[in-house]
Amino acid sequence: MSVTDAPPLAPAPAEEPPAPRKASARKRLVPYWLLLPGILWLIVFFALPMVYQASTSVQTGSLEKGFEVTWHFWTYWDALTEYSPQFVRSLLYAGTATLLCLLLGYPLAYMIAFKAGRWRSLVLVLVIAPFFTSFLIRTLAWKTILADGGPVVDVLNTLHVLDITSLLGWTEGDRVLATPMAVVCGLTYNFLPFMILPLYTSLERIDGRLHEAAGDLYATPATTFRKVTFPLSMPGVVSGTLLTFIPASGDYVNAELLGSTDTKMVGSVIQSQFLRVLDYPTAAALSFILMAIVLAMVTVYIRKSGTEDLV
Amino acid sequence: MTQKTTEGGDVRLSGISKTYGSFTAVHPLDLTIPQGSFFALLGASGCGKTTTLRMIAGLEDPTTGTVFLGDKDVTDLQPYKRPVNTVFQSYALFPHLSVFENIAFGLRRRGIKSVKKQVDDMLDLVQLGDFAGRKPHQLSGGQQQRVAVARALINHPQVLLLDEPLGALDLKLRRQMQLELKRIQTEVGITFVHVTHDQEEAMTMADQVAVMNGGRVEQLGAPADLYENPKTTFVANFLGTSNLIEAEVVEAAGRETVVTCGGSKLRLPGGRCASQPRSGGKLLVGVRPEKVSVAHADDAGTVADGRNKITGRIVASSFIGVSTQYIVDSPACSDFEVYVQNIERDTRLVPGAEVVLHWNPAHTFGLDADQSMLAGTVGDAGVETVEESA
Amino acid sequence: MSVLRWIRRNLVVIAGLLTLAYMILPNIVVMVFSFNNPKGRFNYAWQEFSLDAWKDPCGVADLCGSLSLSLQIAAWATAGATVLGTMIAFALVRYRFRARGAINSLIFLPMAMPEVVMAASLLTLFLNMGAELGFWTVLIAHIMFCLSFVVTAVKARVMSMDPRLEEAARDLYAGPVQAFVRVTLPIAAPGIAAGALLAFALSFDDFIITNFNAGSTVTFPMFVWGSAQRGTPVQINVIGTAMFAVAVLMVLGGQLVASRRKKSAQPQ
Repeated sequence: MSVTDAPPLAPAPAEEPPAPRKASARKRLVPYWLLLPGILWLIVFFALPMVYQASTSVQTGSLEKGFEVTWHFWTYWDALTEYSPQFVRSLLYAGTATLLCLLLGYPLAYMIAFKAGRWRSLVLVLVIAPFFTSFLIRTLAWKTILADGGPVVDVLNTLHVLDITSLLGWTEGDRVLATPMAVVCGLTYNFLPFMILPLYTSLERIDGRLHEAAGDLYATPATTFRKVTFPLSMPGVVSGTLLTFIPASGDYVNAELLGSTDTKMVGSVIQSQFLRVLDYPTAAALSFILMAIVLAMVTVYIRKSGTEDLV
Repeated sequence: MTQKTTEGGDVRLSGISKTYGSFTAVHPLDLTIPQGSFFALLGASGCGKTTTLRMIAGLEDPTTGTVFLGDKDVTDLQPYKRPVNTVFQSYALFPHLSVFENIAFGLRRRGIKSVKKQVDDMLDLVQLGDFAGRKPHQLSGGQQQRVAVARALINHPQVLLLDEPLGALDLKLRRQMQLELKRIQTEVGITFVHVTHDQEEAMTMADQVAVMNGGRVEQLGAPADLYENPKTTFVANFLGTSNLIEAEVVEAAGRETVVTCGGSKLRLPGGRCASQPRSGGKLLVGVRPEKVSVAHADDAGTVADGRNKITGRIVASSFIGVSTQYIVDSPACSDFEVYVQNIERDTRLVPGAEVVLHWNPAHTFGLDADQSMLAGTVGDAGVETVEESA
Repeated sequence: MSVLRWIRRNLVVIAGLLTLAYMILPNIVVMVFSFNNPKGRFNYAWQEFSLDAWKDPCGVADLCGSLSLSLQIAAWATAGATVLGTMIAFALVRYRFRARGAINSLIFLPMAMPEVVMAASLLTLFLNMGAELGFWTVLIAHIMFCLSFVVTAVKARVMSMDPRLEEAARDLYAGPVQAFVRVTLPIAAPGIAAGALLAFALSFDDFIITNFNAGSTVTFPMFVWGSAQRGTPVQINVIGTAMFAVAVLMVLGGQLVASRRKKSAQPQ
């Protein structure tokens, strides 16, 4: 009980300040070794190609005589003016498809997250499983579904829906195939899973009791959705719309298979310039313009929605 | 499992410190943990106790200093080469392995083939024989905690490190596990180093307690010694409750020190002052609430001479069951706490009543007046700092 | 009136099921038309029931060759992207290092880039280097665009892992390699598996990047693309249906095993 019983507590030894230890160099290098192969792969096969493409876009020449860097920036101007309808179409179709994906996908994602109960995993499987049938085969199936005189077109005709859509320029006469509507329909179909899965992931994290709490605090179901559920699902909405819009804007498969020459998107042009016309500078310039537009839109969108931790 | 570990020896920390950038988690520290003792590192979140523990385990490299196990310098030894095992906060049981495999993990890593007998013995020691095949998530918190202890103990470490092992348990279970851990420690005789922020837990279990604050050891000693003879206001307030009164020293000669405050004259043994008081200087005088008796002002005459006396008025009282706690407003101290055993309750002692507080001068201790009276209390910033990244 | 009320109350479920129908309809059409016996070269209109295509799925020149090529490329691309991506994910979560921001962008950008842009730029690289287009250029491209997706999947899992588990392993006499093999890898396995599965699906189904960089090599999607121009054999529907069935059975089987295992995890 007396004070002197406690073992003496010596202060830090004062003779010489001890030298700080250093973490071994080997240990500090571990992350760099882990990163090296993958990052190198991305630098060589993703970043470097961009540089090559940039250089190609300011070259002039021909396939026979070879191409040379002449800093011919007019290629960009020519490409943009000549193919502006295709650019506008790409962005319009991709934007419409993204919006449709959100409208169609949200109820399904909501249903899986909150209403499916023991059917949840089965429905999820049904959303993911179509992935495993090649998307080209499935896109071709739309040719059958939307065929002239087929049941879908017949029903739409009887309901006079096609009259209205023709007036708007979405369809032509009593055809759906080879019209903008067919292309948007195919785009929507192809990218729906990319919308639904992120939506589902962020909805599933929402505590079901929040709905009860909102109801308890005098919110109607509609208000609960507007003020609680939807804001909390914003990360899913943002990544879903990005995962839909970005690939849709560069897609040419749907336009080629379901559309006509009047529905060509910029992806088709890049593809044919590169693989058929072999006008590499124009193709590279088109590709860069598309990249710039998409990146600019994505950046603004991410900033606006305030979710920067997508990766 | 009852053999005593005889090899090895004391854990000795010599000048070890840890800094993260400009933040010093642990200031250069010397500490000797005797072999076979139950040693507690006590402090609030962020005081450096966990960092100290992790430096002993080898999970954190000290910025300076040396860690000795017995005579052996283990500072540069990787954790998997140290004869030291840890019971982690939140247990860190391997979720993909059964209870049996969790406990056998260390033995298997050291290339021991026949583990069945040892694991079964260990399961018996922690009373989990029926749960060998379960996965950790199928166990309750208390059971998980015992698996974590078994998983570490089976390796017969020289030292067992426990990082807040009871923090996740509810109060009743915590009490039970405290006794259980103490029993196991006595049985196996291994040195236990226990990190906790719960002063009651530290005092119940440990032979020796080091109270840490702001990366330094404030005081080291046996639980009773720390409680009775705090050297700093932090220790006085962090371990239990203390009534601290700022007083002026009247007489500091010989065996007795006399001070005044708020018109009362108080005496205390000279040997119980943390620093040498000077006449005319200031001194913080302290007394524990349970050492103090309350008498109604009408009975003031019955208080024996020679006791320290303070008058005041009851501000609040709360009935706890075994005792009643009063808060008394007096000229010396505005919120003087007193705990009175409920043996014969004086019905006149209600809020508003004038009272005389009195206690044996031998129960008074003196502290250096240069420190904050509030250090170590609940509202103190030092107590509430966020836990440093472990 | 009660019908209207029922519809109102279940509006979300009805809308969700309609979307689901929209998503599955093409698969049903593909399946039904695998039993078709079309007139002419294109399999777009129903004629009569036939099992011919199912009896001889490889009966079309180059079809099964392209399928096996696609499976090989997907397997190798999955292996490559999973190993490289897992390493990056661990480095990102568990270590501090310089240029983290730049590395994060480098991983994010391939996912934020229209495929056609990556395809075209990669082709310019290969043309400039004079590389011969074929199996290897396709494999390189597939590993490149699968990598980011693997990193994202594995990172999510590793981030939710308690770093103390690895410390506990090291504390219990496991050296760095043992700690990784015995503790880290088994716990991170679901994330790695998810990343690998995603990589396989992406690679197997990729058309745009492959089309640019394959030269005269024909993968399964490229075969389908070509047949859309020349005439669609019923056999592609057979293969599409078979893959759909295998995928559904595998997923359902996996869930069955998982629920069995959960039940059998009782005390011994």
